[in-house]
Amino acid sequence: MMENIIHDYLRPKKSFPHVWCPGCGDGIVLNAMVRAIHSLGKSKDEVVFVSGIGCSSRAPAYTDFSSLHGIHGRALPFATGIKLANPKLTVVVFSGDGDALAIGGNHFIHACRRNIDITVVVINNNIYGMTGGQASPTMPTGAYGATAPYGNLDRPFDVCKLAAAAGANYVARATAFQFFQLEKCIKEGIEKKGFSVIEAVTPCPSLYSFFNNTGRGVDMLKKLRDRAVTTQKAATLSPAELEDKIVTGVFANENFREYCAGYAELVEKAERSKKNEESL
Amino acid sequence: MEKSKTFLFVKKNWCKKCGICVEFCPKGVFKLGKDGYPEIVALDKCVECKLCISLCPDFAIFSNPEKKKDYEDR
Amino acid sequence: MLFYKLFKDKDGRKVGFVQANEACIEAALLAGMRFFAGYPITPSSEMASVSSEKLPMYGGKFIQMEDEIAAMTAVCGASMAGLKAMTATSGPGFSLKQEAIGYAAMNEIPCVIVNVQRAGPSTGLPTQVSQGDVMQARWGTHGDHPIIVLSPSTVVETADLTFDAFNLAEKYRTPVILLMDETLAHMREKITLPAENELKLVERKRATVPPSDYRSFDTRFGDVPPFEPYGGKYHFHITGLTHDEMGFPIVEPDDVVKAMDRIHRKINNNLDDIVKVKQFQTDDAEILLVSFGTPVRTCLGAMEIGRKEGLKIGVLQLQTIWPFPDKAVLNLAKKIGKIFVVELNMGQIINEVQRASQGKSNIKGINKYDGLFISPDEILSHILESKG
Repeated sequence: MMENIIHDYLRPKKSFPHVWCPGCGDGIVLNAMVRAIHSLGKSKDEVVFVSGIGCSSRAPAYTDFSSLHGIHGRALPFATGIKLANPKLTVVVFSGDGDALAIGGNHFIHACRRNIDITVVVINNNIYGMTGGQASPTMPTGAYGATAPYGNLDRPFDVCKLAAAAGANYVARATAFQFFQLEKCIKEGIEKKGFSVIEAVTPCPSLYSFFNNTGRGVDMLKKLRDRAVTTQKAATLSPAELEDKIVTGVFANENFREYCAGYAELVEKAERSKKNEESL
Repeated sequence: MEKSKTFLFVKKNWCKKCGICVEFCPKGVFKLGKDGYPEIVALDKCVECKLCISLCPDFAIFSNPEKKKDYEDR
Repeated sequence: MLFYKLFKDKDGRKVGFVQANEACIEAALLAGMRFFAGYPITPSSEMASVSSEKLPMYGGKFIQMEDEIAAMTAVCGASMAGLKAMTATSGPGFSLKQEAIGYAAMNEIPCVIVNVQRAGPSTGLPTQVSQGDVMQARWGTHGDHPIIVLSPSTVVETADLTFDAFNLAEKYRTPVILLMDETLAHMREKITLPAENELKLVERKRATVPPSDYRSFDTRFGDVPPFEPYGGKYHFHITGLTHDEMGFPIVEPDDVVKAMDRIHRKINNNLDDIVKVKQFQTDDAEILLVSFGTPVRTCLGAMEIGRKEGLKIGVLQLQTIWPFPDKAVLNLAKKIGKIFVVELNMGQIINEVQRASQGKSNIKGINKYDGLFISPDEILSHILESKG
């Protein structure tokens, strides 16, 4: 019998079906995240699942981990407070491209810099879904959206380059179609001591498709499958050949000192100066 | 062989008819029904690659009869 | 680096000559504060500095966040993980924190937010005094929400109200704002902190039901839901969306009203416990000065001088500003025909005094908003002027 463990992790009193549209990738990414946690043998008691605002940020309500559905853009500082307050917890964050990189962009780069042991899955569908399809910071130049009727003027962020440059210990990318690779990346991210960023490229078959005629979820997943290339393969391609490709794989795998570990070292110094103070 | 033990069930009130299982199953286990929901038409061909349960965005595919029972009223 | 030193007196109490900013953190540590997230801003920065030095000594956590919003949200997160948490800021930073303060109110997250008021609007006068954030403290975050706001007038009172702030936050699962001002923040006075066994500390009520029966916002045990921190057998969800007892979003009108009513009721049904005022020579007063925060000191000076000159002045100090002390104001308005509301702004709390006094008294404002502190003479000249 093949095991589908997701049903062991759904919140007992939450009603289903979930809010996501038919063919949306958010459920796939959530499934991969749950599988990653399961494979690490973590108890539900030690996990806290945090999110901001947006389609993908609805995920924490559905799984039986303690969770926080926060405010727009602030998932990472909520998570930082939780993790620093209790470093024993495994803190996983779901954040959309708008949530993580526009309104929460500052928190994102500083969480990378701080390198606190949190794993954030950036669910990148290149658009603001919940508010009606506005241009997001990862929307390709020229793509259409509710606020880009003449084509998007802005250039998109490369989430992985940004995270790696900002100092995250682990950075990886996979598409929603590459489920097993995505699960593996999330697993490695959680295992890694330090800040981990996993960009999950997902389809938005409702609004992105509405404005850009990209078809149904099935069509968009096929497109993701066809566009995905590994980092190794990408190294052999010319910029022109890479134009429409999604490079997947691991972009950073470092071992910089993790923030809570650093804090523990600082406490030792503080305790020494407390003793000096008390001896006066 | 082991194959006979394969169990698959699509929970219709969770399924949103996206067609992902039908499209991506490498063995054609699913077929799109007239009502838009997937039908399991070739369970014997299933090789348990887990793609359907992994890619189903709605957690609507059950592969364990006990679990299916637990979730009957949900 | 600390710019003050505490000594132990013969009874083992810590004594020092400290700024209110420093007193606040020392008191917070005694109250059990173990998490501080901050961002540098004048004139509250000393609180972050003191916390950064002291918290690690007490097994607590200090973190300097990337901005004011992050500091407030980190405080929410840490409190949900079970620590008594606080942040401190001033005007512009307080504006930035508002959304997260609303989140704390909505999810009933105990926490303390200090706002050392400086003159605004905008960047205003960063190093000068004001009390212009009275209404912002009440209504800064969007939507109807409950809030408790306390305002100290001395360094000693800063410590006292800091204890109260943490206790109220824990008891009622609510954010509590300590509204200070620049003059107080940087004023040095002698304080004697209570010994640890003299403190009456309140801890948040914990769950008594088994995990399977736990609800994030359980109403079966009164209006304040039992709290469980992240990282245990209790798995729960919280959200800024209007939610039911499980923390799941709701839209059904009756459910929404029920949820909204409860979070307000837990405060409004306990006003006698929450609202604190102080009265000075109000028994025979013919003129009442109503004030809060540092100007209370000036009012007391004006009272002393005025009484020598035959002006029967009394003072009502609002230690709790929100919920507004309606009862105390009305009782005095019924007795005293003239009320002057002294505040370092263009007139904010006066509107509440007018509302609460129900037309029983003649009310005038004494307002100063030039960035300087008010003197007893200024108050007295206003009183004499109005006498004609």
